[in-house]
Amino acid sequence: MANSSLTLELKNEVEDLLNAYVQCIDDDDLERWPEFFTDECLYQVIPRENHEVGLPTAVMWCDSRGMLEDRITALRHANVYQVQWYRHIISNPVIKTDDGETFHVQSNYAVFKTCNDGESTVYNIGRYVDEVVRDKGVLKFKKRSAIYDTHRITTLMVIPV
Amino acid sequence: MNAITPPHLKWSADENYTSVPYSVFNDQEVYDLEQARIYNGPTWNFLASEAEIPEKGSFKSTYIGDTPVVVTRGQDDEIYAWVNRCAHRGAEICRERHGKSEDGAYTCVYHQWAYDAKGDLHGVPFQRGLAGKGGMPKDFDKKQHSLRKVRVVNYHGAVFGTFSDDTPDIEEYMGEDVSHHMRRILNKPVEILGTTRQYIKGNWKFYSENTKDPYHASLLHLFHATFGLYRSSQKGESIANNDYHSVLWASGGTEDEAALDDMKKDKLRTLQTGEYELQDMSLLAGKQEFEDGVTLVILSLFPSLVVQQIQNTLAFRQILPKGKDEFELVWTYFGYKDDTEELRNIRLKQFNLIGPAGLISMEDGESTELCQNAIIRDGEFTNVIRMAGDEAKGDDHLVTEGLIRGLWKGYRELMDL
Repeated sequence: MANSSLTLELKNEVEDLLNAYVQCIDDDDLERWPEFFTDECLYQVIPRENHEVGLPTAVMWCDSRGMLEDRITALRHANVYQVQWYRHIISNPVIKTDDGETFHVQSNYAVFKTCNDGESTVYNIGRYVDEVVRDKGVLKFKKRSAIYDTHRITTLMVIPV
Repeated sequence: MNAITPPHLKWSADENYTSVPYSVFNDQEVYDLEQARIYNGPTWNFLASEAEIPEKGSFKSTYIGDTPVVVTRGQDDEIYAWVNRCAHRGAEICRERHGKSEDGAYTCVYHQWAYDAKGDLHGVPFQRGLAGKGGMPKDFDKKQHSLRKVRVVNYHGAVFGTFSDDTPDIEEYMGEDVSHHMRRILNKPVEILGTTRQYIKGNWKFYSENTKDPYHASLLHLFHATFGLYRSSQKGESIANNDYHSVLWASGGTEDEAALDDMKKDKLRTLQTGEYELQDMSLLAGKQEFEDGVTLVILSLFPSLVVQQIQNTLAFRQILPKGKDEFELVWTYFGYKDDTEELRNIRLKQFNLIGPAGLISMEDGESTELCQNAIIRDGEFTNVIRMAGDEAKGDDHLVTEGLIRGLWKGYRELMDL
């Protein structure tokens, strides 16, 4: 992929999206989380062991903005889990674009989780593989796959990564 | 059987399965006895779906209890299993979760002792020494140094293993109803859709209880109750076979109105019909694929397997104890080889309901830890398991803890406690 369309300005704009996304989750501002996606979208959290052999099963798999909203409604009102915080660290974004309109982005992430007992643990690490598009002037995720290495999920996963 | 009972385990001697001392969930001696008497005893343990080892040379690493085991498909197309421990100096032989041995050999990396798919020893480097020096004594016989073998059975595509010669025939072991429901779900060749793993900091038996507990299902899980995926008021049964195996089944949309009215009177947190709504209902737009109209089956085969159908989700859940207060739950999701693309996509979407992030199932990991956290002291105190009477048996309804009593009846007999 030729990358000549990737200006510094666009690169910053994509990185701002990556940063704002994790800040939204870590700040527990989850009602805003679906807004990072286009109406028609695909969000999945999939173990690397499935992804690498072409098996489709994901632990979260949402193919509409509505499904993303339903995840958050469930988290707030339906599911039962310990009080917990996430803290994302993201790094090494590689951004590619042919036309300055659609961006293929890959970055690494680590999520630390802290529960009531105050201990922070490495909860889930992996990489994001994204397709980012401009939607009414704003960059959004059309596809976001969190492909996780930590294929043994401790207790449960309720907050999206 | 060795009749050692941990002296501090105070479990009343009468035939009463309505109260279990908490130390059973948090005692190293009990845990070690379980490995000996249950997992090394006369039980069938789930190893794999046949579809996970599809070709000659395919293998999968797994466990029976906490003992590492490899299940293989030999060059003769038969399925074998053995303990993943070199007969030489005890090293782990197979180090991948899944794979294929092109030449059918399994070689320990430490000293390159080589075995076949059956676990028989074929190669010992330097057996006759080098230039007349060293080597094994003349009486060394490779035939005496096979891997520890596991007896294997392939039941309609589900592969089970046992260490004991006393384990009965698989169908006799399961019982009539459990084997019927196993065949119902495994009625045609399956296609594996993926695996997820959940690590839960609780005793494995808290999870076993959970899978035999129709009482909790509409009280802990809002999605079940609110959307009618499962309610205790539905038509269904709780069936026990050979005490500790069970089937729970329910048919969605078959409400007993009087029962549902009673449920509504209890003002349950989890029953919010008309209040709690989804933006995208496609999650619940399933397809009836079984003629009997049954929409939920939780089949619990002691000690290590749960087979489930919830709506259009199908999965094996393998329970692997990792210590007295930890276990791993391995979810193997499947469909059928003849699934249409539409049905396959329904399954993939509905997998949101199950697994470690399952809108229904995530709470089961939580409930297990809730119990473990609270029972670390007062091991002589007991729980109360009396819903629908005191007998260890199934019922023609879902308002019961009879299957949990069955679990403890079978457990005590097998453990000799």
